[in-house]
Amino acid sequence: MHNYGIGDYLQLILSGISTGSIYVLIALGIVMIYNVTGVINLAQGEYTMLGAMFAVTYYSWHVPLLLAFLASVLTVTLSGMLIERLTVNPVRSASAVTLIIITVGVSITIRGIALLVWGSTPYSLPEFTGGAPFSILGAVMSRQRLWVVGTAGLVLLLLYYLLDRTLLGKALRACAINRQAASLMGVGPAQMSLLAFALSAALGAVAGIVIAPLTLVTYDMGLMLGLKGFVAAVIGGLTSAPGAVVGGLLLGVLESLGAGLISSGLKDAIAFLVLLAVIFARSEQVVGRLKSRRMTK
Amino acid sequence: MLQVEAVSVRRGNVLALREVTITVQEGEIVSLVGSNGAGKSTLLYAIAGVLPVASGRVVCQGRTLNGMAPEEVARMGVGLVPEGRQIFGTLSVLDNLLLGAYVHYVSRWGDLLGDVRRVLKREDLRCRLEMVYGLFPVLEERQEQEGGSLSGGEQQMLAFGRALMGSPRLLLVDELSTGLAPALVTQLLALLGRLREMGITMLLVEQDAYSALKVSDRGYVLETGHIVAEGTAQDLLSSDQVRSAYLGRLPTT
Repeated sequence: MHNYGIGDYLQLILSGISTGSIYVLIALGIVMIYNVTGVINLAQGEYTMLGAMFAVTYYSWHVPLLLAFLASVLTVTLSGMLIERLTVNPVRSASAVTLIIITVGVSITIRGIALLVWGSTPYSLPEFTGGAPFSILGAVMSRQRLWVVGTAGLVLLLLYYLLDRTLLGKALRACAINRQAASLMGVGPAQMSLLAFALSAALGAVAGIVIAPLTLVTYDMGLMLGLKGFVAAVIGGLTSAPGAVVGGLLLGVLESLGAGLISSGLKDAIAFLVLLAVIFARSEQVVGRLKSRRMTK
Repeated sequence: MLQVEAVSVRRGNVLALREVTITVQEGEIVSLVGSNGAGKSTLLYAIAGVLPVASGRVVCQGRTLNGMAPEEVARMGVGLVPEGRQIFGTLSVLDNLLLGAYVHYVSRWGDLLGDVRRVLKREDLRCRLEMVYGLFPVLEERQEQEGGSLSGGEQQMLAFGRALMGSPRLLLVDELSTGLAPALVTQLLALLGRLREMGITMLLVEQDAYSALKVSDRGYVLETGHIVAEGTAQDLLSSDQVRSAYLGRLPTT
C-alpha cells in the first residue's frame, strides 16, 4: 500500500467536491421536477449534455465564452420547456411508472438527435480562465475546478433566493406540497410544471457547461451524469433540496476517495453501490412515497 | 351572483349530481345541507373547477365557469375553503396567507420575482393581512410558525384567512365544522356575518345542518344528487319533514 499524506486526502476531497457540485446541480433538477410534478425525470442528464454541446457550438461560432455560456443555458431552458409541453403535459394524469418510461424515451430521443447533429466525435471547451492551479496545503485545484464549485455555489444561492424569498418560489413550493390547494389559490399546476422543467433544464445546462472544459463533450455524456445525479437525489431522499446538495457532495467525495485510494476502475461502481445501499436502507420510504403519490392522483 | 343551472356531475361511473339548480344572490349566505354522500361537496368542487361539469351551466357574475381550471376560477374571485383545511403544512403561516393573495399577482412578474418582503410592504397586501389578523389574532401571533404546527382549529382559521387574502367576491366553504370543537364552530359561523358585511357572498356546505342554517339566509337540501327541498333558512328549520330527515342533531328545547 502507498503512504498517503494529508495533502493527498485533501486533494481527493477537493476534486470530489468539484465533481460533486455537478451532481448537486443535476440532483436538484430531479428533485424539483419530482416535487412539483411527481415525475422522476431520468432525462435530466441530457440537459447537461445539451448545455455542453450548445456552449461548444456557440463558442465555435466565435461567440465569446461568457455569451456562449448564457446563450446555451437559455437554449436548453427553452428546450426543457418544449419537452415538458410535448411529453409530460399532455399525459399529466398518467401513472408514475408511465411517466418514468416517458422520460426514458425522451432521454433516448435527445441522445439520438444529438448523435445526428453533433456526431460521435468528442468536443472540448477551453477553460474559462487560464493560469496556474491554486495549491492549498499540498493539494492543487485547477482554476476550472474552482469555477465549477463557484458557479454551483452561485446557482444554489440564486435558487435559494427564488424558492425562499419570492412569491413565485413559494407558489412553486405550495404546488409541490398540495397541487389542488395551490390551484385554489390561483397557482396553475401546469404553469408550475413548466417552470420546474425550465429551472431543471437550466440547472442541468449550467452543470454541463462548467464541466465541459474538464471532460470530453460527447452526445452520450448525459447518461452517466444523469444517473449519478439521480443517485445523489435518492441519497438526499428525492424530495429534499438540501438533501440533494448533501447527496451530491457526498457521492462526489466517496467516488473520488474510492477511485484514489482503492482503484480508479471503481469510480462509477461506487455510485451504484451507494444507490443500492440507500435503496435497501430506505426501500420502505421510497416505495411508500411512490405508492402514496399514485393514490393522491 | 351565482347561478347553477341543471348541473350534472359524474364521479367515476356514478352520476353524483343530477340536474341541480341553485342560485345565490349577491350578499347572501346560502347553505347546502344533506346527509353524507348527498353530493354537497361535489357541487362545490364542480363550481370551483376541480371536478368537471358533465352537463348544465355554472355562471358566476355573468361569466360561464364550465371548463375553467380551478386556478382560472380562483382568479375570477371565487374562493374555496376546502374540507380538511389543506393548508401548506411546511410553509409558515405568513407564507400560507401570502399564497392566498397569489391571485392578485398572477403575471405581475416584478412582484413574483422580487423579494417577498417588498411585496409584504405593499399597501393592498398589508390591508388584507390586517383584515385577516383582525378576524383571527392568533394567526398574527403565530405568523412565523409552520402551518402544520397549528392546532386543528387554528388551521381552519388559516384556511379561512388564506381564502380571504384573495379578496373573493364569492366564498365557497366546505364542511367548516369537521373535527372542530362545537364552541369553535359557533365562533367561526358567527364570523360569516362579518364577512358578509365586507361584501362577500357565501355558499356553505355543512353536515351540521342546524348550525349552518342558523347563520344562512336560504338553504337547499340535497339527497342522493338532487335537490329535495329549498327555501329560506327559517322555513327549512321549522319544516317538520326537513327537521326529522336532515337535521338530526337538534337541540332539545
